[in-house]
Amino acid sequence: MKIKLREAAKVIRSKNSGPYELTFDIIFKDRATFDAVVASRSFNRELISRLYSVDIGDVKEIVEFIPANAVKATIRRRVVSGSLGDTDIYGAQQHAPLLGLELEI
Amino acid sequence: MKELKVLSPTAILGYGFPEESFYKGMSLHPDVIAVDAGSTDPGPYYLGAGVSFTDRTAVKRDLGIMIKAALNENIPVIVGTAGGSGADVHLKWCADIVRDIMNDNKFKARVAVISAEIDKDTVLESFENEEIRPLDFVPELTDHDIAGSTSIVAQMGMGPIIKALGEGADIVIAGRCYDPAVFAAVPVMRGYKAGLALHMGKILECASIAADPGSGSDCMMGVISDNNFKVFPLNDSRRCTTMSVAAHTLYEKSNPYMLHGPDGIIDLSKCEFTQLDERTVGIKGTGFIPSKNPMIKLEGARRIGFRTISIAGVRDPVMIAGIDGILDYVRETVDRQFNGLDGKYMLTFRAYGKNGVMGENEPSKQLSHELGLIIDAVAATQNEANSICSFARSTLLHYGYPERISTAGNLAFPYSPSDLKAGEVYEFCIYHLMPPKQGMFEVKWMEGADEN
Repeated sequence: MKIKLREAAKVIRSKNSGPYELTFDIIFKDRATFDAVVASRSFNRELISRLYSVDIGDVKEIVEFIPANAVKATIRRRVVSGSLGDTDIYGAQQHAPLLGLELEI
Repeated sequence: MKELKVLSPTAILGYGFPEESFYKGMSLHPDVIAVDAGSTDPGPYYLGAGVSFTDRTAVKRDLGIMIKAALNENIPVIVGTAGGSGADVHLKWCADIVRDIMNDNKFKARVAVISAEIDKDTVLESFENEEIRPLDFVPELTDHDIAGSTSIVAQMGMGPIIKALGEGADIVIAGRCYDPAVFAAVPVMRGYKAGLALHMGKILECASIAADPGSGSDCMMGVISDNNFKVFPLNDSRRCTTMSVAAHTLYEKSNPYMLHGPDGIIDLSKCEFTQLDERTVGIKGTGFIPSKNPMIKLEGARRIGFRTISIAGVRDPVMIAGIDGILDYVRETVDRQFNGLDGKYMLTFRAYGKNGVMGENEPSKQLSHELGLIIDAVAATQNEANSICSFARSTLLHYGYPERISTAGNLAFPYSPSDLKAGEVYEFCIYHLMPPKQGMFEVKWMEGADEN
């Protein structure tokens, strides 16, 4: 079945993890959904690579954090925080494409 | 051992806190008040230009309350990454505020000031010995990066803070510092486990951001015991839940199970979060893997030019539909006009309502009914940046683009003057690991502070 990420998650956010990385957290509303997403492997590096148009080599391994029912993806910043051409110094508004995502679980 | 309490008043020194929350924390008799005063999040300017991103009046207010309460209770105050970026200029800025507070109130205290700045020759020597390596996604270091950086800061761990406390410091003001270290130093010094102490510090460093509802300007308490610790907010309208605390552990980190720092790795793989009561979360099982070959994080930023910007709105649907071609035309015209600069400038158009926030990462093709444009010129001098911005602005204002109906002017300016000088522009150029060196993190004592 397909789930809408925006309905299944209670937190979807992006933030710098240092000036060279952007990290995305998705915290699910319940353990069952988190477990199903993890088991399906539908939230994966290829998905993030496509969604953010970055090379697969610039996407770190997906991390599943059980205590928070959370999955995390981290990418290389296209522009280092605050360097010429950066659009979001804190990286806090790069999560929007995740809001429209549907996952097959 | 009996419990040890650490009070964290606010997420960043200067972000403020309600006095009611703070004094509630003091009524529980904490053993130390600790606060993180900085971050790289606000970008390279503050480290490069030697300026604090926090406000002096606000920092003085927060510190004044903290110091007065701590001296009354005879407990230490510890400030990490003083002045926002933790270079010597930031450290002096913060130390001057502390001195003002001491003088204003006739306080007496031993004040330790710990430098985190490292001289370029030391870094260069380490670089030439091939000891320095980049963090993930960071380019290899070059001697050009070292030379160009305004100053280089190294991120200290708990050691220098513990040393200062051992020598009798009542107040410790540390330069660039691993955020959890200021909270973990007293517990570790008194024999509590480093993994638990540092994990507690990782949660406390953002104060009530780990609570629900979260806040960066409200107080949290951490209480450590032999084999566990607990955290709770000091404002009754907030609570810590296992989810709010676990979620905070993820924050700003690429791998929440293994948190690397100057003293070693906080190992969360066997960590358990338990709801102890409605507002308190207990944590146990956090381990610590001391570094066999410790590495210290270096940070540096260099000046790359000067910026002038102009902000303008566009409401014309014909212009909005053709915006990409219009901006290309202006860019080409600017490039022709300034060909004498040999390409040594950067002109950026930001189009809010199109892709201003996400740039090339923006997947949506939808255009808004109005666009907010920023014309952003960066060049080697302020005058050049002014000239480029001015020329781009006037060209865009009157460009007779294809199918134009509105011929009076293409831009809605909200301000006069339309062009704003943004001054110096910096970029991060050092974000690397280096082995610790002799003489790093020297503890100095503020003269006269114990003689008021």
